[in-house]
Amino acid sequence: MCGIVGLHLRNPELYPQLGELLTGMLCEMEDRGADSAGIAVYGHEEWSPAGHGTISLIDLAAPAPEVAAELGANLGTEVEVRVVENVLLVHAPVASEVLLAAARGLYPHALVGGFGEDLAVLKGVGAPADLAAAWGLEKAQGWQGVGHTRMATESAVTAAGAHPYAVGPGECLVHNGSFSNHASIRRELRAAGVEFDSENDTEVGARFVAHALAQGKGVDDALGELTQTFDGFYTLLVSNRDSFAVVRDAIACKPAVIAETDDWVAMASEYRALAHLPGVANARIWEPEPEVIYHWSREGVPA
Amino acid sequence: MTTTFDLSAVGLREVNQALHAPDLDDEFLIENPLGAHNVAVGVNAPIKVTVNGHLGYFAAGMNQQAEVTINGNAGQGVAENMMSGVVHVTGSASQSAGATGRGGLLVIDGDAGARCGISLKGLDIVVGGSVGHMSAFMAQRGTLVVRGDAGDALGDSLYEARLYVRGEVRSLGADCVEKEMGPEHVQELAGLLKAAGFADDDPATYRRYGSARTLYHFHADNTY
Repeated sequence: MCGIVGLHLRNPELYPQLGELLTGMLCEMEDRGADSAGIAVYGHEEWSPAGHGTISLIDLAAPAPEVAAELGANLGTEVEVRVVENVLLVHAPVASEVLLAAARGLYPHALVGGFGEDLAVLKGVGAPADLAAAWGLEKAQGWQGVGHTRMATESAVTAAGAHPYAVGPGECLVHNGSFSNHASIRRELRAAGVEFDSENDTEVGARFVAHALAQGKGVDDALGELTQTFDGFYTLLVSNRDSFAVVRDAIACKPAVIAETDDWVAMASEYRALAHLPGVANARIWEPEPEVIYHWSREGVPA
Repeated sequence: MTTTFDLSAVGLREVNQALHAPDLDDEFLIENPLGAHNVAVGVNAPIKVTVNGHLGYFAAGMNQQAEVTINGNAGQGVAENMMSGVVHVTGSASQSAGATGRGGLLVIDGDAGARCGISLKGLDIVVGGSVGHMSAFMAQRGTLVVRGDAGDALGDSLYEARLYVRGEVRSLGADCVEKEMGPEHVQELAGLLKAAGFADDDPATYRRYGSARTLYHFHADNTY
């Protein structure tokens, strides 16, 4: 099954409430999958300080001060490491790709949850409500957040199998469904030099989108190509630091509902995850059409 | 007498058990459903149930006799396998609305998603807006009336259900064809539109679709 939630805030007055709203949405979707969960938050100063690159290292068995010292020596700059339960959020005043390359060199087997300028990705094994509490998600602030509750079908119940898949700079993808031709596409991407962290089908979708974006394609084109290339069932929520997009497969059996007000755009697997959002009574609510790409973006992200 | 439940305060099981009590003929009001699943399923009494708010999956499923009004949207499988009575959704419905329904009337004022009336077995469905793809898939008996448009593959592998569409049909499914509107069809459609609260519609603006009956009459000389 699996559950997806996402919240794209338009009104800066709501930024302080992002974590609280996202926690409510995520926990409401626990019935759809309780073996693991993950979230991505855009713009939480404590988790991804402005002017710094941030990377998320999941379940790394190394003490935070040691990681900070080793990466700092490697990069020749000050590196900060914040421990959020099972995740190390590593910040440095360099591009996140530079930080990521250094971390991959030092810790080749570490699972990278995500990387970017304003992005923190947390994921782990366990019930969504327990994970959200352990991470302190309620206190997170920011302009955009996504979440996923997993009921594993295609690969093992591990942090590497949990969503989001955040495999491009500032990019993030969550998926409800299953891709049936992911093995063939993974082979083609590997042949093109793309590396993978897991045997998970969704990771192939995320790598496919990241590969297209890295080639300079826009979100709409990348998702359009995805619908033509991937076979299977999917509702996808694909985010960037300044965009928020939803797409469903042609059969559209995996649920999705979108709600929009002047203050926010939200999507979830089911309406009940949206039922507590402020102003939802007057929101425009609809079910996304199959193979139509719904895409919101922001001109400039207010700090 | 009207009994009111605040679904955000009492459990779903308590509400549904109250609706299943013997010898009911009352009215019930359900407030704050907040997208809950399985609200008012399996009711079998001549009662009126009004729900104020959006519902989740399988709302009013297997309904018998009751008149259920949902003032809001309904999730997938609203009124699935209903036997009799009336289910009225004032908003829109997600996929598989009225699936396998055997009798009664389902009215959706807004749009219905994919697979509306899938495997219909006698229920009458009237949709105020449009329906999604694969609607009336393998529908055997009953009617589907669509005041707006129909998505791809309408009536795929249709048996003997009758389909009336006022707007555009994006494509017809296998073995579904347009058929002539006879006086008996105009009369049937007018009756359904009136029952659903759309008496002002002119039945002559609708087209009728049905089974070409080539798919379920197998020919011994078919070659593949």
